[in-house]
Amino acid sequence: MKFISAFLLCCFLLAARGARAQSADEAFAALGGTSFDDIRRGVEMLSLSGSPQAINVVTALQAGNLFVRADHALFIKNADGSFSAAATGAPAPDVSADSVRAVRVNNAVRRAVDAALGSLRLFSPDPSVRMEGAQAVFISRDPAALPALDRAIAKESDSSVKTAMEQARAAAMLNSDETDETKLIAAVAAVRSRGDMEARSLLGSLSGKSPAVSAAAAAAVAAIDRSQQIWGLLQSVIYGLSLGSVLLLAATGLAITFGVMGVINMAHGEMVMIGAYVTFMTQQTIHAIAPGLQPISLLLSIPLAFVITGLVGVAVERGLIRFLYGRPLETLLATWGLSLILQQAVRSIFGPTNREVDSPAWMSGATQLGGVTLTYNRLYIIVFSLIVLFALMAALRYTPLGLRMRAVTQNRRMAAAMGIRTPWIDALTFGLGSGVAGMAGVALSQIDNVSPNLGQGYIIDSFMVVVFGGVGNLWGTAVSALTLGIVNKFLEPIAGAVLGKIVVLVLLILFIQRKPRGLFPLKGRAVEA
Amino acid sequence: MKVYAGRSGWIALAAILGFAALLGVLNLATAPTSSVHVPTYIVSLFGKYLTFAMLALAVDLVWGFAGILSLGHAAFFALGGYAMGMYLMRQIGARGVYANPTLPDFMVFLNWKELPWYWEGFNVFPFAMLMAMVVPGVLAFVFGYFTFRSRVSGVYLSIITQALTYALLLAFFRNDMGFGGNNGLTDFKDILGIPLQLDGTRVGLLIITAICLCIQLLVCRFIVLSRFGKVLIAVRDTETRTRFIGYRPEQYKLFVWTVSAIMAGVGGALYVPQVGIINPGEFAPANSIEAVIWVAVGGRGTLVGAILGAVLVNVGKTVFTGVLPELWLFALGGLFIFVTLFMPQGIMGLFAKRVRRRGEPELPAAEESAAREITG
Repeated sequence: MKFISAFLLCCFLLAARGARAQSADEAFAALGGTSFDDIRRGVEMLSLSGSPQAINVVTALQAGNLFVRADHALFIKNADGSFSAAATGAPAPDVSADSVRAVRVNNAVRRAVDAALGSLRLFSPDPSVRMEGAQAVFISRDPAALPALDRAIAKESDSSVKTAMEQARAAAMLNSDETDETKLIAAVAAVRSRGDMEARSLLGSLSGKSPAVSAAAAAAVAAIDRSQQIWGLLQSVIYGLSLGSVLLLAATGLAITFGVMGVINMAHGEMVMIGAYVTFMTQQTIHAIAPGLQPISLLLSIPLAFVITGLVGVAVERGLIRFLYGRPLETLLATWGLSLILQQAVRSIFGPTNREVDSPAWMSGATQLGGVTLTYNRLYIIVFSLIVLFALMAALRYTPLGLRMRAVTQNRRMAAAMGIRTPWIDALTFGLGSGVAGMAGVALSQIDNVSPNLGQGYIIDSFMVVVFGGVGNLWGTAVSALTLGIVNKFLEPIAGAVLGKIVVLVLLILFIQRKPRGLFPLKGRAVEA
Repeated sequence: MKVYAGRSGWIALAAILGFAALLGVLNLATAPTSSVHVPTYIVSLFGKYLTFAMLALAVDLVWGFAGILSLGHAAFFALGGYAMGMYLMRQIGARGVYANPTLPDFMVFLNWKELPWYWEGFNVFPFAMLMAMVVPGVLAFVFGYFTFRSRVSGVYLSIITQALTYALLLAFFRNDMGFGGNNGLTDFKDILGIPLQLDGTRVGLLIITAICLCIQLLVCRFIVLSRFGKVLIAVRDTETRTRFIGYRPEQYKLFVWTVSAIMAGVGGALYVPQVGIINPGEFAPANSIEAVIWVAVGGRGTLVGAILGAVLVNVGKTVFTGVLPELWLFALGGLFIFVTLFMPQGIMGLFAKRVRRRGEPELPAAEESAAREITG
């Protein structure tokens, strides 16, 4: 009995094998045919045959590399121009290019090819290819892929790929003439769990289904809309944080020069601009002398920009600003003049046109977080702005220089009596603020045009951020920059980009009326200084 | 009257009117080939300088005598200019490219069907001129009312005036505001039925501008030399003390602030027909700051100095941008730094000693009053 059953099993397996080989043969014969209908049928049969050569043949057909000889034998043209037999994959050295012609395709064949590739990829050993296959079936919703999907789901081990396949199966089933309500409702639930716009359009376009299925689909569409709304909200918050981090970067340096020292530096934007040009110069130099360092040229330009703009800042303080302490309005005018000179100097040296600063490869691209797309450069800028802010706070809090800076801004004469050289501390503080602006320039070179006018666009915003946050308060600056960024991005869809910005400016003007010292005014002795 | 003009004032009045008249005569009464002939573009150029002088006078009134450093005064100037521009647009009538009798070309281009309500009435000249003063005046009054009441002063005030003009700049760039968007208003044909391109019209506009400037100068002198002006100067120098004595500094500030905005608006209204265009670029914060430097060059708190500074800097600008365009920003930037460091009282400060010896009614010079503004 045992023997008989074993024999029967063997027979069965052999027959199955034979059937499979036979269907592959039939498929190749059809592919070698002359009518588009034959070719299309051949593709479909091939995709179901399970032949190991199937994926290569269909890929070759898609790329126009599948050729047929007069005797209907099929060959794949390899990248080096040689041919190999389509059915076995063995090299065919005796085939020459003029004895074969390409297999023709029309739109019906192309559709069949796409669907076939989708289901063929379902069996690839590479999980990411299987994932792609499942997505392709989901989008094509081809009921013909159902048997292949069933088999693929049965042997799938990767859970995320399996989920995608089940969703694809549900999509294909909703598109088939299946009438079993429970199966269809389960399919609707599976598609709903995907929750993106593709799923929504599929469920929204269902027709001719029973009332229960239609109701389930409508409920699913509503649920997807709700979750899309939440993702949209989250997206706005993240875009707002991104804009806010740019504002924060531009304003952090100003929070030192204006906030801590009380110097109205209208040339602050030009310090940012100089930082961006340092980035450009660093990149050019590295390109010329050490192309291997190209990927980290941006990282190298951060300290360089800090040092160079910091030195410019010290020079400006020693040469101009120290004569104007205690006369804020005159300082404002003189630094405005300075900003004109710096702009024109850069324009004379580098020309008025925009300069290209490359993004390193590790900064390009994007990642998908649920329903939110995050580009890496924005992400890095958010992180960078926070690092700069915290580094600056730590420097003010824990370094001897920071201690002296705080001492001088709180009580200049007492600090001097303690032996602190206040003029040098002034120069270094101003240099620090300018250096931070220079680092902001490195980051802004990645998202903005590097031109002599780069800084002008940020100066009003930066002052607004500092005043809104409360002068002399770095935490306030951070909160105000991020708040302004988010408010701006939430107003944009309602009012449009320009009007949104106007509304923010007007709100800020009104806010300063109510609280002239900003969100977080300093309290205690520091105010009296 | 003599006391309000003073010697330097009389000299300025005579110089402005005399020069304008001289330009007019040399333009109209000489042959184009004559060596003393003044081409019409020079006439309009000086007309433009005199409108800038009005803006400078307006800035000097608030900065020199009330200590309010406005970095947004060009907004009032531009608003006045837009009022005049709207009148001139309506004057074009059916002669525009699209030959629409009521709608200006840009509205036809944007497929607008009817005139927006705020364009109504601008075909009437007196109404348009009234608006050139009322709109900047009302904006300044509302802005000033809230700002001075909440005692925003010093640098904070400067920054929010800059935000104000920046917001207006962005707003006027928008096409759906109905002010021609980016291109602004231009292609004007005539004013009060007289073609703008005629030499006589240009000379007439110059003379009118000169007369208006003289009137504004006299009004300013009247304000600052009156009892009111003395309180104003007290507010500028020690606001807190003035308040404790029993005055209401915000009311004094609000009054001159509004008057100053109206003066700037008149300047803008006269600027537009002589230049032939008004666009949102006039709202740029840089323009307002440039106006401040005119005042600083001439001498803050001297009124006549503001006029002198505006004309001199702009003549310099015309010459420089013609001969060495790339050096102009260096020169302007250098001027900002030089004047603030070495000439805190401007050109008029150079004459100050001589004037004092002759026993004129002295205008108090503004210096070192800003020291206490640092902490806001």
